[in-house]
Amino acid sequence: MHRGWPVSEMAAHAAHPPGFAHQFETVEQQREAGTLGMWIFLATEILFFGGMFTSYIIYRALHLPSFVMGSHELIVKFGATNTAVLICSSLTMALSIRTAQTGGSKRKIIFWLILTMILGAAFLAIKLRYEWYRDYTEGLIPGVSWLPGGTHTPGVKMFMCFYFFMTGLHALHMVVGLGILTVLVLMTARNRFSSEYYAPLEISGLYWHFVDIVWIFLFPLLYLIGGRYPGS
Amino acid sequence: MAEHSHQHASDYHEPHLVPVGVYVAVFLALMAFTALTTGVAYIDLGKWNTVAALAIAVCKMLLVVLFFMHVKYSSGLTRIIIVGAFFWLGIMITLSCSDELTRHWEIVPQGWTSVEHIARSIF
Repeated sequence: MHRGWPVSEMAAHAAHPPGFAHQFETVEQQREAGTLGMWIFLATEILFFGGMFTSYIIYRALHLPSFVMGSHELIVKFGATNTAVLICSSLTMALSIRTAQTGGSKRKIIFWLILTMILGAAFLAIKLRYEWYRDYTEGLIPGVSWLPGGTHTPGVKMFMCFYFFMTGLHALHMVVGLGILTVLVLMTARNRFSSEYYAPLEISGLYWHFVDIVWIFLFPLLYLIGGRYPGS
Repeated sequence: MAEHSHQHASDYHEPHLVPVGVYVAVFLALMAFTALTTGVAYIDLGKWNTVAALAIAVCKMLLVVLFFMHVKYSSGLTRIIIVGAFFWLGIMITLSCSDELTRHWEIVPQGWTSVEHIARSIF
């Protein structure tokens, strides 16, 4: 059999489904390879965030009263609102992929993608304006603006460091996600996707949902786990 | 080449299409769990507050992974990668904790009630 680029293969290429790459036996195998590759990347991300979660568990066990005190400095309503905002954005992301799967128009796909971006931006806006900016003015950022109250121990400072590094790394992933969504909107506008080929949408969706899952754990660990009942 | 083209046609399977109703049901469940986990934090359950918060978070994660991330419909190979990732995470957390939390820490001298007091005296 010929290798290289014989005319017969070029002709066969024309008959391939859109987006189908030569190195795969079937369209299904290509889709499987894409999903598998993305999950291997997400496995490294799980361990990346996992390092922070592990240190959080250990330092929380060593400085429990201080971590509860630090947790009470955070405002639950903003954390809960942002959780809801991210869950909404996961739904709209899933619907954008479904729209492509069912051969929906590019206007509909772009509608769901833009809605996802608006929700992602809303998350970052709430985080910046009502949480980090308030933390700055209230003197809750170690090393930047730290005004420890009478009860603030070094352990509280430790908790706030965990809070900023964990939410900061998460927010960085959100910013990257918004960049990816921008590229997806442009690709959709250029008619790159169809009901047969929408792998970039599917794979970016996995990333977006992963970032959602990280927040699903950050919200209880940082805002709630010390308890909010009287006397906690 | 002809054989390959034939395979393309015969082996082509449509990926599973999740009904919109399933997505909306998962979304509503996630919102309900968010309200639940927030509400539970305001009730004094002692050490069970932590257990409840983490159990609800794990349920939410499973919903997102199985339905939004389509793992319910994915291949065994993909699932092994995912289980492996969490297995390795488990090794990292378990071994780190078994070291760090079982060390024989210095006995705190009398008059000092916590490690934080020592830290405060140093910094």
